[in-house]
Amino acid sequence: MPTLLKSEKLEVSEERHIVTVRQAVRKVALEIKLSLVDQTKLITAASELARNLLIYGGGGEVILEALKEGVRNGVRVHFVDEGPGIENIELALRDGFTSGGGMGLGLGGAKRLVNEFELVSAPGKGTHITITRWK
Amino acid sequence: MDRIPILRMGQFLLVTIQVDMHDQLALTLQDDLTTRITTSLAKGVLIDISSLEIVDSFIGRMLGNISSMARVLGAESVVVGMQPAVAITLVELGLSLTGVHTALDVEKGMELLRRFIRADSQWNSSDAHFVEI
Repeated sequence: MPTLLKSEKLEVSEERHIVTVRQAVRKVALEIKLSLVDQTKLITAASELARNLLIYGGGGEVILEALKEGVRNGVRVHFVDEGPGIENIELALRDGFTSGGGMGLGLGGAKRLVNEFELVSAPGKGTHITITRWK
Repeated sequence: MDRIPILRMGQFLLVTIQVDMHDQLALTLQDDLTTRITTSLAKGVLIDISSLEIVDSFIGRMLGNISSMARVLGAESVVVGMQPAVAITLVELGLSLTGVHTALDVEKGMELLRRFIRADSQWNSSDAHFVEI
């Protein structure tokens, strides 16, 4: 189990908060000393998921964690909402699938940009997505 | 309200995005640019994104929209200065910005726009010639 070095909670209830999430993720990614490409990937994934949280989940919270596991450090970001949940997770992860008029790149794209991606959701039970990028 | 300034230089409109754009700001830019193309009869639009640290699907879509809208309004557009890390991320995300002209820097972007305009005016003059006959 990785040790938690630091944790921070952010609320996402309006569009401007997506930028706040990006900036907070950048800060932690810098502290962990992720490479520039890894930082960019993580921030982009976080931006997609924060927007999903707002559009599909009706807002929620983002929890940022700086982790240490053995010799490696990492950043983990949780996106938690109590929205309608996802009925068909496999379909939602497919590129080009959208129920909200977007491009349908958010979930699948975000998954490709990180090392670990976990999605827990059920109809009526909200959605909890966790992404991790290791150094 | 926040706005990204649009500069006019001859037949071109120049935009430099220097802030971390929230979604509404991106939409406002899209609207402002299309309006400016029609009011200024611009032939080219250059968008400098060298200060942008990320381009997510929303901003990517906006860049694509601006390029399509500009074309419909008779102007060409070019996006310049994308950081390598941003390019890598965009492609992995699944966005290839199809239909968006890109160039490495402002200078190369201006060159590209001038070339488009030259090709366009040649086409127009040969067309006029055809009408005369």
